[in-house]
Amino acid sequence: MINMGSTTLEITINIIKTVLVFLMMVQLVPILVWVERRGSAFIQNRFGPNRVGPLGLVQLLADAVKFLTKEDFVPDKGNRFLFYAAPVFALIPAAIAYMAIPMSTPLIVGDAKFLIQGFEINVGIVFILGISSLAAYTILMAGWGSGSKFSLMGAMRASAQIISYELALGLSIVGVIMTYGTFNLSEMIAAQQGPLTFTALGSTTVLSFLPNWGIFYQPLGALIFFAATFAESNRLPFDLAEGEAELVAGFHTEYGGFKMLMFFIGEYGHMMIASGLMATFFFGGYGIPYISVQEMYLKLFELTGDAGFANILNTVAHFLSYNVKFILFLWFFIHVRWTLPRFRYDQLMDLGWKTMLPWALVNTILTAVAIFVAAQFVL
Amino acid sequence: MPLGGIIFITVFIAVFGTFLIYLARWTGGRAKRTSNAKMEIYECGIPELEKKDTKVSVKFYLTAILFILFDIEIIFMYPWALHFKEFIAAGAGPFVFISMAVFLAIFIFGLWWEIKSKALEWD
Repeated sequence: MINMGSTTLEITINIIKTVLVFLMMVQLVPILVWVERRGSAFIQNRFGPNRVGPLGLVQLLADAVKFLTKEDFVPDKGNRFLFYAAPVFALIPAAIAYMAIPMSTPLIVGDAKFLIQGFEINVGIVFILGISSLAAYTILMAGWGSGSKFSLMGAMRASAQIISYELALGLSIVGVIMTYGTFNLSEMIAAQQGPLTFTALGSTTVLSFLPNWGIFYQPLGALIFFAATFAESNRLPFDLAEGEAELVAGFHTEYGGFKMLMFFIGEYGHMMIASGLMATFFFGGYGIPYISVQEMYLKLFELTGDAGFANILNTVAHFLSYNVKFILFLWFFIHVRWTLPRFRYDQLMDLGWKTMLPWALVNTILTAVAIFVAAQFVL
Repeated sequence: MPLGGIIFITVFIAVFGTFLIYLARWTGGRAKRTSNAKMEIYECGIPELEKKDTKVSVKFYLTAILFILFDIEIIFMYPWALHFKEFIAAGAGPFVFISMAVFLAIFIFGLWWEIKSKALEWD
């Protein structure tokens, strides 16, 4: 193990932590599925699942039992290895990319310092973009391994869509990197503490009624980033990978049972990455608005009078703050799915290449000009 | 770099996923071949016609090539964006600004050419 800590205890805890983050992600999926089914039912004036357990909450367990009793099916024409490997590989990029997102302030117990994230990487953005785009390979593996024309065509469509929107996604982040001057997500969050402060033309303006969030510096970038993540995670209105009329169920036509569930975990994992990144880039990450990490710690220290305990409370408070933002974005994903109609495939590609990519370019140029003018000239 | 952690969790997830697949195979059993039609790929009620290597539109290939070109160009902007403020603070602002403007002009010309030559038309 390289750089996972200095003592055996630290290494063990860091390894257990990565597993915990992964299990947390997997556990969130059934809850999200329940929220999605129940929420969509209320949006469409239905009841949704309400028979199994209170409010249908145990529906998830019933689903799992149903999945376990399904026959394990591989089509004759399929490539057995790819067919089995694709759902397993669908889990990996989603989980690993999510682990690089910081979820709270570091927990300090005695001399040891534990980051509330899977692992810290100083090139967090590049790592997350690189790893999460590996999802295109799992889709192609599933499409090719099934040996079915519906799967193959669905996989081609899905991967073409993912790579097209990756351009707009990658370009919209250039403005964010320019604003903060770092690839490190923790440093980015640290830069978003306190009230909104503009430094331009040699003078500083403080708008104390707003937090210092990235969305006020990069409104266009935030919009493009969020729209592109919808396409990246194959969510409506960009879920052209599936199409009842022309493609059946797209790349997972031949899948069922647990293998299908693993594709679901991958898809929801990408939603989680998108929500976490949205919170980190544009909404202050784990930061609590109007109060910085240090001020929060001092307040808690006054209340409890114990430095160690105050630190733990501080971590918990910031963890809750992160999760409020995270869950709001996840709900936004679900709400959009049941509100907007879907596109046609040529419209989707046109939107990605001819609208979002040029606007992301405009955002980059505007940001560069603004930073250049603000720093170069003094009134 | 926490490389050890990444390798560990990759192996862990791979083992976890494989375990889930084997668990489901053990509890649900393998699909029994009650007829040959059952083991065929999905088709709307008729015998399957297509060969395994279905032809797909060459448009996807073109999209992938264009993606690689543009993605590399975008990746070139990352180090520039990372150090943009530092360069301005060091007094090299006009130089990095103009050099990136030239690069962006080529990028925009490429995009314009690609749209004009109808490389992105889907029909």
